[in-house]
Amino acid sequence: MGATRERTVSAQEAGSAADSPRRRPRRGGRRSREGLAAYLFLTPWFAGLLFITIGPILASLYFSFTDYTLIGDPQWVGLDNYAKMLTDERLHSSLGVTFVYVFVSVPLQLAMALALAMVLDRGVRGLPIYRSVYYLPSLLGSSVAIAILWRRVFGADGLINQVLAFFGVDGVGWVSHPDYALGTLIVLNVWTFGAPMVIFLAGLRQIPRMYYEAAAVDGAGRMRQFFSVTVPLLTPIIFFNLVLQMINAFQTFTQAFVVSGGTGGPSDSTLFYTLYLYQTGFGSFEMGYASAMAWLLLVIIAGFTAVNFLASKYWVFYGD
Amino acid sequence: MVTKTSAAGAADTARDHRRRLLIHVGLIGFGLIMLYPLLWMVSSSFKPTAEIFSDPGLIPEEFVPENYTEGWTALQHPFHHYIWNSLIVVAGSIIGNLLACSMAAYAFARLEFKGKRLFFSIMLMTIMLPVHVVIVPQYILFANLDWINTFYPLIVPKLLATDAFFIFLMVQFIRGLPRDLDEAARIDGCGHVRIFLRIVLPLSMPALATTAIFTFIWTWNDFFSQLIFLTDPEMYTVPIALRTFVDSQSQTSWGPLFAMSAIALGPIFGFFLAGQRYLVRGIATTGIK
Repeated sequence: MGATRERTVSAQEAGSAADSPRRRPRRGGRRSREGLAAYLFLTPWFAGLLFITIGPILASLYFSFTDYTLIGDPQWVGLDNYAKMLTDERLHSSLGVTFVYVFVSVPLQLAMALALAMVLDRGVRGLPIYRSVYYLPSLLGSSVAIAILWRRVFGADGLINQVLAFFGVDGVGWVSHPDYALGTLIVLNVWTFGAPMVIFLAGLRQIPRMYYEAAAVDGAGRMRQFFSVTVPLLTPIIFFNLVLQMINAFQTFTQAFVVSGGTGGPSDSTLFYTLYLYQTGFGSFEMGYASAMAWLLLVIIAGFTAVNFLASKYWVFYGD
Repeated sequence: MVTKTSAAGAADTARDHRRRLLIHVGLIGFGLIMLYPLLWMVSSSFKPTAEIFSDPGLIPEEFVPENYTEGWTALQHPFHHYIWNSLIVVAGSIIGNLLACSMAAYAFARLEFKGKRLFFSIMLMTIMLPVHVVIVPQYILFANLDWINTFYPLIVPKLLATDAFFIFLMVQFIRGLPRDLDEAARIDGCGHVRIFLRIVLPLSMPALATTAIFTFIWTWNDFFSQLIFLTDPEMYTVPIALRTFVDSQSQTSWGPLFAMSAIALGPIFGFFLAGQRYLVRGIATTGIK
């Protein structure tokens, strides 16, 4: 493309010889001036990248090899922090809690989002209203107020148990029971299915109607259409939602913090990895160990994202 | 379809009607279940605390608006103090994101420069970067600058375009704008600053609105970084204040606590009503390019 443009320019120059001496230097000047302008526009971003993002990433890598409590200088301890992870029972249990949360709540949330997007995509009247109603929890879900509400809804004498009592069922204190506390947070995440649903809806819109018509002519029923037309064409969006929601879920903090009062209890059943990291870094100020934990989190998230991308070759369908 | 008798057709539309009605009943019922906890929270904020523990219904038997006045003054500072703090952080974040992200987006969308592709992919990667990885060194950095218990750690990063998600959103939007206008302006001798200010920014209003609304909601809701950087009750924002509320009086005064929680959710609900067009479009465009 560049070559053809050169050629037309030189043809023009040949045509109007008087214009060419002025035009050539101006063109070169414009290119470099444009580069300069670009760097000026990017100055804040570069500063942020350096001081707020890359600098701290490297610093946290360094701190992860030190013992540092904010008082005095960091003491180099080599791989001690990483070795400590191998025997840290709370770390293992917090990883377990986080994995259960991610691998249960994300698929449930996406299934819910897809199911409702499918129903709404059938040309239901009042679509914008339904979409808004289902989307609202996504905006509120991460707020402290909702976590407070959850504590009351799933409390021993909370809303759920009041309703259950109406049916003669005796509920337990869901948020204070080690077997169920994590479940209430999973419900909370599923409750925020609206954001992926909106993305699914936009994706469903882009599937041409004629594919369904063609499938119907060939005798495909609704189920067959869903699995042979909708799902394959929607796989890039399913993939996008999966990656995004998994990354988000790994970083869940607020809900667990507020529902458990910052402890991760009862008996560490809601001690998410991020919550343990917070307690380590900002409760007991073990900055070295907290940095090592942060790096482990980065590796885990990057690892799962990479696995997602690799696996996507086998199930995500990119047109043509 | 041509061979179908009219009687069968009528039966078909009747069945269609019934099916459609069923779908609506299902969707409305499901929506009510979804929203019930929220409605219950608002109604409970007008109930005496004892009734919250016994009444799953929505209509308070005894109407207690005093929950609001009681909640307002229950903490060390009156609640408007925390609202004001939150508003400062939110306003600073919105200004920062609008300025810095739109500038960066203009460069990525419209200008040619060395390393553009590399920087663009770095920018995309920072969207995915978990905040926990950088929070410890950031804390140390800001502590050294004596910025703990100020709003700087929450606002300055936004002025440096660290919310890369919004850069991406605006790049996508600016790429969709016709180039004819910038070309015309350039021929008229406009520099990039004027093209940016006079042409691209005014045309990008929908993207800027989306950015402002999302920034408002996310900053207003943000808990993690505010919890870490603001430890002095004087500087508490609404989420941190709510959290101390729930920890200090966990069993006693749920009425006032719900009242303040409802107030905390109010602005988000307002922005949601006013800006849902932008929100939905924002999700859809960044979601699928």
